Amino acid sequence: MTALLATAGLTAFYGDFQALFGIDLVVGEGEAVAVIGANGAGKSTLLRTICGLLPADADRIRYRGANIGSLPPADIVARGIALVPEGRKLFPSLSVEENLLMGEQCGRKGSWQLDRVYALFPILRERRRLPSVSLSGGQQQMAAIGRALMTNPELLLCDEISLGLAPIVIRDVYAALPGIRAEGTALVIVEQDINRALGLADRVYCLQEGRVTLEGRPASLTREQIKLAYFGV
Amino acid sequence: MSATAAPLPAFRIERSTRTSWIGLAVAAVAIVVLISLPWWGGEDDLRLIVEICYTIALAQLWNLLAGYAGLVSVGQQAFVGIGGYALFGLTIIAGVPPIPAVALAGAVAAILAVPTALIVFRLRGAYFAIGTWVVAEVFSEVTGLLPDLGAGTGMSLPVAVSRAVGETRFERETVLYYMGLVLGIGTVAAVFAWLRSRQGLALTAIRDSETAAGSIGVNNDRTKYAVYLLAALVTGMLGAVIYLEKLRISPDAAFDVIDWTADVIFIVVIGGIGSIEGPFIGALVFFGLRYFLADYGAWYMILLGAVAVVIMLLARRGLWGLLADRYDIHFFPVRRRVRLE
Amino acid sequence: MDWVNAVLQGALVGGLYALFAAGLSLMFGVMRLVNIAHGDLIVLAAYLGLVTVDTLGLGPFTSLVVVVPAMFVLGYILQRGLLNFTLGTDILPPLLVTFGLSIVIENALLEGFSADEQKLQAGSFETASIHLTDQLAIGWFPLVIFVTAVAVIVLLELLIYRTAVGRAFRATSDDADTARLYGVRNRHVYSLATALALAVISIAAIFLAVRVNFDPASGPARLLYAFEAVIIGGLGSLWGTLAGGVVLGVAQAIGAQLNPGWEQLAGHVAFLIVLIVRPRGLFPKLAD
Repeated sequence: MTALLATAGLTAFYGDFQALFGIDLVVGEGEAVAVIGANGAGKSTLLRTICGLLPADADRIRYRGANIGSLPPADIVARGIALVPEGRKLFPSLSVEENLLMGEQCGRKGSWQLDRVYALFPILRERRRLPSVSLSGGQQQMAAIGRALMTNPELLLCDEISLGLAPIVIRDVYAALPGIRAEGTALVIVEQDINRALGLADRVYCLQEGRVTLEGRPASLTREQIKLAYFGV
Repeated sequence: MSATAAPLPAFRIERSTRTSWIGLAVAAVAIVVLISLPWWGGEDDLRLIVEICYTIALAQLWNLLAGYAGLVSVGQQAFVGIGGYALFGLTIIAGVPPIPAVALAGAVAAILAVPTALIVFRLRGAYFAIGTWVVAEVFSEVTGLLPDLGAGTGMSLPVAVSRAVGETRFERETVLYYMGLVLGIGTVAAVFAWLRSRQGLALTAIRDSETAAGSIGVNNDRTKYAVYLLAALVTGMLGAVIYLEKLRISPDAAFDVIDWTADVIFIVVIGGIGSIEGPFIGALVFFGLRYFLADYGAWYMILLGAVAVVIMLLARRGLWGLLADRYDIHFFPVRRRVRLE
Repeated sequence: MDWVNAVLQGALVGGLYALFAAGLSLMFGVMRLVNIAHGDLIVLAAYLGLVTVDTLGLGPFTSLVVVVPAMFVLGYILQRGLLNFTLGTDILPPLLVTFGLSIVIENALLEGFSADEQKLQAGSFETASIHLTDQLAIGWFPLVIFVTAVAVIVLLELLIYRTAVGRAFRATSDDADTARLYGVRNRHVYSLATALALAVISIAAIFLAVRVNFDPASGPARLLYAFEAVIIGGLGSLWGTLAGGVVLGVAQAIGAQLNPGWEQLAGHVAFLIVLIVRPRGLFPKLAD
């Protein structure tokens, strides 16, 4: 399998505070990778750094063989990496449809258009003229995923898309992911809900305090190993 | 994680530094020199020193507002103008002797600052800045409508009033000189003392983080009001002294944004916002530039503005910030430093 | 009838203040930047109009074909090359940099054009009027100002609410970092907003230059009018700025009618009253 995305010794800082200490992460074409870890392990930081929101050295992040570490977010999303940010982060003064259309800003053409997003999440079509803030949590999450899909990504990064949602709603949201994968889109799923993540992923990385403490195929890992890697006890 | 807390290491809190003692010594010598100046300096020297004194005082006050309390006022000319006009009104119309009139002028400015604050404190950040400017314009326009104060064209101070300051020219110049000196040094000392006090700590807290300071019990609004009124009081007194010396006042000059606020802002920004040393350095640069560029008209202001822009972008804490970081010197330590022993 | 006429003219001239204010409001809306040099940029555009008229022999209004694009480009460069570097959580840099810029522009104009008052001449159009009744007349020029202001605001609203650029403006205003994730180039968007703001104020500047005398020191007063119109109207609302402009224009007209010396003061007082009675303005949209 060829690597789509590879980070090598990736570090990240918030001012003087170092959040990532040399992360090596590989995502293959069409692969689904789960990144798990406790609060503050650096999962979101990892995704934000890959997307260019936090500065990185150019050669620490390679995408399709090119160094993208120092590119601005607009260039990274134009190459096909899209993030569904933690907390959904819909634009409150935009309608639901306008939020989705924001995905077009990057200029990537492809099969994901409004119609396909509405086919995936029919409720959004009904609510498309409403302000995004009027949606329920689950609907907002769908809109956030739809907005990322509108960029026609090859690699979709999902940051805690189950956060704050009721279990039944989480199921609905997750139900959309296999269809997205079927397109050949690779996924990175960041989750605190370990079972949810393991159920979907080809491979899993566990982060703790900014370092990778475990990596492997879900089936090959024991509960004990994961627990140790997750909590460090 | 261990169950028992680590013992607190030994520490002491430093409020002075070695350089601050040197600073004190230099200041003491400078004050002695300045006090003796009327006996050996010329009239021009006296006037220049007074101008430097009140410029530094205005800069310290603006720095207190903007650099510490987060109140970026572009309307301090209001209180210079009010102070100046109050002096004229009190001495000419009410017959108050000039020296008490200076103190009263400060009180007038502080009283008028109360309704002003109630209005402009509804605005935040940049809107506060422009709001203060509007209010200064209102004071200027209103003053221009008062016939007893010379309306739009202004008025001169009668000879009798300046006689009341001193019989001879030398005596007047000396009295005005000492008033300027006392106000200048007094302002610096007052700002220094204020910043070292509990309120000063609160102010520094507001400067560093408004939300955080609010959550640990600093009453932001009350502290800000207090600073605003204090600045108005002293600015009003300075305005009175300035116009007691100038002898002629008009709304356009007394409420001039360039003379009383823009120059002052540039001095603080160039010297170093948020430090007491900054305005001194800034004033040095300001008067230096003025001396060398006196013949170049508007270029002087262009240069001053451009330097301030560059400093704000590249060295946010001004020239003093660069020096202090490099050499760790603090002539006026307002910080409390925890030293481990 | 003098009163009705005065108030009517004041309301129409309020369109001029709305145009001043629209630029300020646009920049604040997109990037929370309050440009203290706004008034001086208006005066700069007026001088640019003057130079265009003098050198190319254009009329004052046709000079807009030069002034508007020139100010658009200047706005883009100004934002890209200077103001973008002031943005952040600290309020001091944008404030003090634009304040410094204001002084630099004012004094540069003083060096270049002296302190003499200038005016653009539009001939008989300046005083032509439509007689509604024997006593009631509307000046053509104030009417054109007002209609232009309405048209500009309609166009800006269309741009902001109906185009991809407008979506980018609003998304950036909501959450700049998230907007970047979807391909918005913030620095470019901010620069476009400033470019657009300066294009709008160029129109206002030419009207101003035809209406009254101006000199290098005319900027701050225009900044204050623009600011007052924005606050009266309510932050973030373009139609609010029109309302704010009209309130200001009417207040000034009433003041001037009472006593010629009260014109400016009446406008400021109207602003202060609104600030006391309705601190969030007449049609608030954004929190500051």
